[in-house]
Amino acid sequence: MTETVLSIRDLTLALPKGADRAFAVEHVSYDVSEGEILCVVGESGSGKSMAANAVMGLLPKGVHATGGEIWFGGQNLLTLDERAHRSLRGLRIGMIFQEPMTALNPLMRVGAQIAEVFEAHGRHTPKERQARALALLEEVGIPQPERAIRAYPFQLSGGQRQRVMIAMALALEPELLIADEPTTALDVTTQAQILKLIRDLQQRRGMAVMFITHDFGVVAEVATRVCVMREGEIVELGEAREVLDHPRHDYTRALIDAIPNDAVPNRHHAAEAQPLLEVRHLDKVFRSRGGMLKPSREVHALDDISFTLSRGETLGIVGESGSGKSTLGRCVVRLERPDSGQLLLDGVDFTTLKGETLRRGRRRVQMIFQDPYASLNPRTRVGLAIAQGPIANGVPRDQALAKADELLELVGLGGVADRFPHEFSGGQRQRIGIARALALEPELIVADEAVSALDVSIQAQILELLERLQQTFSLSLLFITHDLRVAAQICDRLIVMQHGRIVEHGTAEAIFRTPRAAYTRELLEAIPGRDAVLASA
Amino acid sequence: MLYARLIASRLVKAVIVLFLIIIFNFVLIQLAPGDPAAILAGEAGATDEEFLNQLRERFGLDQPMYVQLWHYVSGIATLDFGFSYRQQMPVLDLILARLPATLLLTGTAFVLSLGLGILAGSLAAARVKKPSGSLIMALALLFYATPLFWVALMAVVLFSVYLEWLPAYGMLTVGAGHTGLALALDVGKHLILPATTLALFFMAIYTRMTRASMIEASQQDYVKTARAKGLSNGVIQRRHILRNALLPIITLAGLQAGQMVGGAILTETVFAWPGIGRLMFEALQQRDYNLLLGIFFFSAALVILFNIVTDLVYRLADPRIKEAP
Repeated sequence: MTETVLSIRDLTLALPKGADRAFAVEHVSYDVSEGEILCVVGESGSGKSMAANAVMGLLPKGVHATGGEIWFGGQNLLTLDERAHRSLRGLRIGMIFQEPMTALNPLMRVGAQIAEVFEAHGRHTPKERQARALALLEEVGIPQPERAIRAYPFQLSGGQRQRVMIAMALALEPELLIADEPTTALDVTTQAQILKLIRDLQQRRGMAVMFITHDFGVVAEVATRVCVMREGEIVELGEAREVLDHPRHDYTRALIDAIPNDAVPNRHHAAEAQPLLEVRHLDKVFRSRGGMLKPSREVHALDDISFTLSRGETLGIVGESGSGKSTLGRCVVRLERPDSGQLLLDGVDFTTLKGETLRRGRRRVQMIFQDPYASLNPRTRVGLAIAQGPIANGVPRDQALAKADELLELVGLGGVADRFPHEFSGGQRQRIGIARALALEPELIVADEAVSALDVSIQAQILELLERLQQTFSLSLLFITHDLRVAAQICDRLIVMQHGRIVEHGTAEAIFRTPRAAYTRELLEAIPGRDAVLASA
Repeated sequence: MLYARLIASRLVKAVIVLFLIIIFNFVLIQLAPGDPAAILAGEAGATDEEFLNQLRERFGLDQPMYVQLWHYVSGIATLDFGFSYRQQMPVLDLILARLPATLLLTGTAFVLSLGLGILAGSLAAARVKKPSGSLIMALALLFYATPLFWVALMAVVLFSVYLEWLPAYGMLTVGAGHTGLALALDVGKHLILPATTLALFFMAIYTRMTRASMIEASQQDYVKTARAKGLSNGVIQRRHILRNALLPIITLAGLQAGQMVGGAILTETVFAWPGIGRLMFEALQQRDYNLLLGIFFFSAALVILFNIVTDLVYRLADPRIKEAP
């Protein structure tokens, strides 16, 4: 008989006045029992993290409970005062967050930050705290724990920082662990390791885990039970296998279907005699600026990269962070200049262009950026933002603005040209980014992680839009992504990169069915929920 | 090791910069209108051409500018800053005699403004939207906006003339002949008004900056992590928020520290404080160019010195900065 650790009953949390909706969550009830992992799944804005914040007593300003109860350890957490609630945090409830990069204090050593958990609850002497911190670092599998304990967060990788976060959350052996999108910001192979770590620790300690995520792949990997949320309400709640294999609600089904799956469309684009883009032996080395007395450091971002891209073809560049894939994209649009090698665009070497010819040449190659929030000037109306490129290239202002209207229509956002970027959602902004790239009538578009910041359902829509536009204008597309499955959906051919080199090159189908390089196999195996999704397909 | 290298390379750069500053100041002062010899002669009551020429020859003023510059620079290399003909003393002696008084005043003001500013700023940050927090910010704005000399005069009127608590001017009671502890107390009493006056402006800036910086830091993810550990509010404020918020303050403190030689002219004049500021003011009025150049040199050197110190402190405070010069 497993014991219920956390019981949320009819919880309603009110949002501040003027928000999108009145309640963050409404009449939400679920339990988390000892030894199970409950996955709370939803897209952004679904309120999936709110209940967890209420459990921790860390609700954002302006959000407050208007009804319901949260039972934990025989007390209703909603009626606790701050002092009593604080004594539970870290001791009986641990929490880990999404962004390992920012979740640790940059000025404190890792060991001191772990030791703080003991200090907060008055456990042990300072010396014992350090010893325990070391033992915890060992337990979460940090390489060289004796060194890591003295390291500052910036000296660790994203995966290592997340391990430190887990060590802190587990320091006092809490009965309940809340993990809020703990692997979203990590590379796919790191994500697989962290998921395994959380599962192992959970089984070893018999904890209850509340795991918040947007990714059904992750759900398939770790969940015992699943709670699907949408706009503050529970849509579906049940055993993981049951929900994944036989989703009862349309929304759940839509979310599961929206995950790009392994059924790779067999697309092949006939190679042409004269490709649009031909990259030959591209090299780029980044050197950290050495001082008078300090040696410089070198990173080989691109190492002998060669490939071709035909008109109307989509080529995917897949790799993890640090693989050089973004540097490659930046070289192709000439934001970055390669050290050596050639980038032939219709036979003309794009790397040697200068001044006016380069300025005119830029029109032909455009870019869609990753972050739809940061890539639009917040004080420029979107119509003008789209028209600025053509205006700079000599198109009369009125004509360019009229064209911007047409383009917005084309990407499904008619009649919004005089609004500002903050009035749009992430997906809508990415559509604006696409319209902006199209405004210059380019022949080649470089999309750098263009859908990575978006929810899965939005992701699917944007991919569809890109594909449609590509066919309409017979564009060539260089699609840079860390996500093999997204790449397989849209790309004719794929290039897999690691440490600045191409490790594998082939059709999407060939790479999925018969990966040759060990690294490609590693990437494929790391995709969360792969087995589960395959089984149900 | 890293620091030794860093300091060495910074010092080399500092010498180059100082050299350029010397040349720049020298040329600039040559461009100023007015002939020092004519003024000297005028004050001596003599106006005939021969006497003027004699004066020029004696002070080397008849030489071409580059020769004068060469003499000056080679003099500084041996710590000879020239001779002040107005005061009939070597420039270095004059400056060294006044330096302690100024450093005492500006140093006290520095510590006072930094300490109280950070304290008031943290209090205000912890009391956002509460009356006490708003009161602190209102006071800070008031001190920030009020001219220094006016604050000084009003302080004299209130504390010296009206309440008779504190002396109105000078550094010690003339003729009292205090020694030891009594002397220190006497100087301390004289120090309160000018130091406070000088400190108010920067204190206001530190208060405002600390508050803004702490509010920003308190919204960072690591603060949420700290709360999730169950740490108390006070510990979070001090260890996580304040420490991160202090980084921009260091830059500003370095700026203020650089002004410790040349930044107290007004205060020293109002309170008749026998420091460098007053010396500079007098030198300016009397066209005592050697003395003026000497003071410029010292204040430039101090600015450069504190730039280096600021960089070092920054490196100690923020482990992420490890790149060499």
